[in-house]
Amino acid sequence: MSIYTIWLREIKLFFRAKSRVAGSIATPVFWLAFVGIGFKSAFSMRGLEIGYLEFMTPGIIGMSLLFSSMFSGLSVLWDKQFGFLKEILVAPVSRTSIVLGKTLGGATIAVIQGVLILLVSIAMGVKIRSEGILLSILFMLLISSSFIGLGLAFASKMTDPHGFQAVYGFIMMPMFFLSGALFPLDALPLWLKSLTYLDPLTYGVDALRGLLIGVSHFSIWQDFAAMFIFLVFTTSLGSYLFRRIE
Amino acid sequence: MQAITTSNLTKKFDNIIAVDSVSISIDEGEFFGLLGPNGAGKTTFISMLCTTLKASTGTAEVFGYDVQKEPDKVRKVIGIVFQDPSLDLNLTGRENLDFHARLYGLEKYRREKRIEEVLELVELSDRADDLVKTYSSGMQRRLELARGLMHFPKVLFLDEPTLGLDPQTRRKIWNYIERINREEKITIILTTHYMEEADYLCGRVAIIDRGKIIALDAPSKLKSMLGGDMITVESSNSLRLFELLEKEDFAKEANLMNETINLSVEEGEKLIPKVVEIARDAEIQVISIGLRKPTLEDVFIYHTGKTIREEGGDSKERMRSIIRAKRR
Repeated sequence: MSIYTIWLREIKLFFRAKSRVAGSIATPVFWLAFVGIGFKSAFSMRGLEIGYLEFMTPGIIGMSLLFSSMFSGLSVLWDKQFGFLKEILVAPVSRTSIVLGKTLGGATIAVIQGVLILLVSIAMGVKIRSEGILLSILFMLLISSSFIGLGLAFASKMTDPHGFQAVYGFIMMPMFFLSGALFPLDALPLWLKSLTYLDPLTYGVDALRGLLIGVSHFSIWQDFAAMFIFLVFTTSLGSYLFRRIE
Repeated sequence: MQAITTSNLTKKFDNIIAVDSVSISIDEGEFFGLLGPNGAGKTTFISMLCTTLKASTGTAEVFGYDVQKEPDKVRKVIGIVFQDPSLDLNLTGRENLDFHARLYGLEKYRREKRIEEVLELVELSDRADDLVKTYSSGMQRRLELARGLMHFPKVLFLDEPTLGLDPQTRRKIWNYIERINREEKITIILTTHYMEEADYLCGRVAIIDRGKIIALDAPSKLKSMLGGDMITVESSNSLRLFELLEKEDFAKEANLMNETINLSVEEGEKLIPKVVEIARDAEIQVISIGLRKPTLEDVFIYHTGKTIREEGGDSKERMRSIIRAKRR
């Protein structure tokens, strides 16, 4: 009941903020339309059968999941700022169900966005393996839940929204760039390759690419194991820090 | 039944003792006020009762539940209106209430019925489906009052409920709070630094300063300790006149504050000529003289030697501006 209540609020607020819905879809679509098609005409993928737009689509879905989920987790910061968090924290509801409700709400929104981008890419002519779609949605859930946990962890430790820019610049952007969303990992110089291996989003994007396009760097099980470990880590960290808010 | 009992409840922050060994007991159905200046420890005190802050030492029970050991049971029986706004501005009034009711586990039928009831109580039914961000600050306060009542709490905590509201809105909020206490039979614990608010609303008032309760009784009893009347005198030589007046037997208590002498007396109207006479004999010119009933502010001054509104200020300076004498 209380998990559903928190979930419901997240969903209501998302659909109420029309500009947020539009913005969350527009940015990834611009990436696909401008960067994707732009690069596609400039060069072809070395040693791969697919075009750049195909290659990039799962990466952009990953990007959208990352941003949307981190924002969802960090939204606790706004609740803090506007006082609403007090209302939630003083209710006879366990902190665990608050974290669960937040996570499920944010993940629902992120997955809706991911699926929308997938549909847009199909409309743009990207060939998607239909048999991989269902499993890819499960991976989207996995990816978004883990980044919500991370966002929640940051939000619990931060006292005002000014730190937000730092999280965006120093955590979210590098995670996106290093995830292999925009380029293949095979031919990278060693230093860059090692960094991409440390980025949890790499495994998420790789799994989505394997499932949707049929091209991947790791096996699906490696991707799953890496993402799952990351999920356990961030959700425990997020709920631990959230529980300690006074 | 006791609504609240605390025993030596204390909260220390680093090197400040915000609440200093407070032991009180509040009956069910009471309208109880905590009156004190900003920073006196009022919010800290009720935060411990509301389970949002852990006590350093001491214990507190709310309707028999220990706030440390059974926080969830305490949370179910209390309602809170925080000092700072705590609404979701992007939801409607009704949605804010609905969210609250769901969190407190009210089933659909009771939820919907209760929402209508509390909206009616604070006269917000016609604006219920508007986003809260379009509400005035007075309306937001009223919605918070309504929300605090949603889950049928047995005790409602109101932390400075009229802070920052204009006098008219304040009056309205007072009416709602009175009605809640009377019609819903809910125990109310209110903190305020407006003495007229405590005086008007509360059955009993605890005056709190620097984390300690320095007086606790019905407002009328607290005031009657100072005698029936207060005489205030402004004159050409306040210090000299003050010295003369405090020697007189009729002054139960006298203080000099910002060049104004305050005397607590009985039957003040008969003493005014006497005060004027004393001044004339000493060749001091009386600029103005007034007679009024003592307020809780006078009670506060009597106990602490400072005014409630005085914020900060170092104590030496305060000592210089106030000279007081007590006679009992």
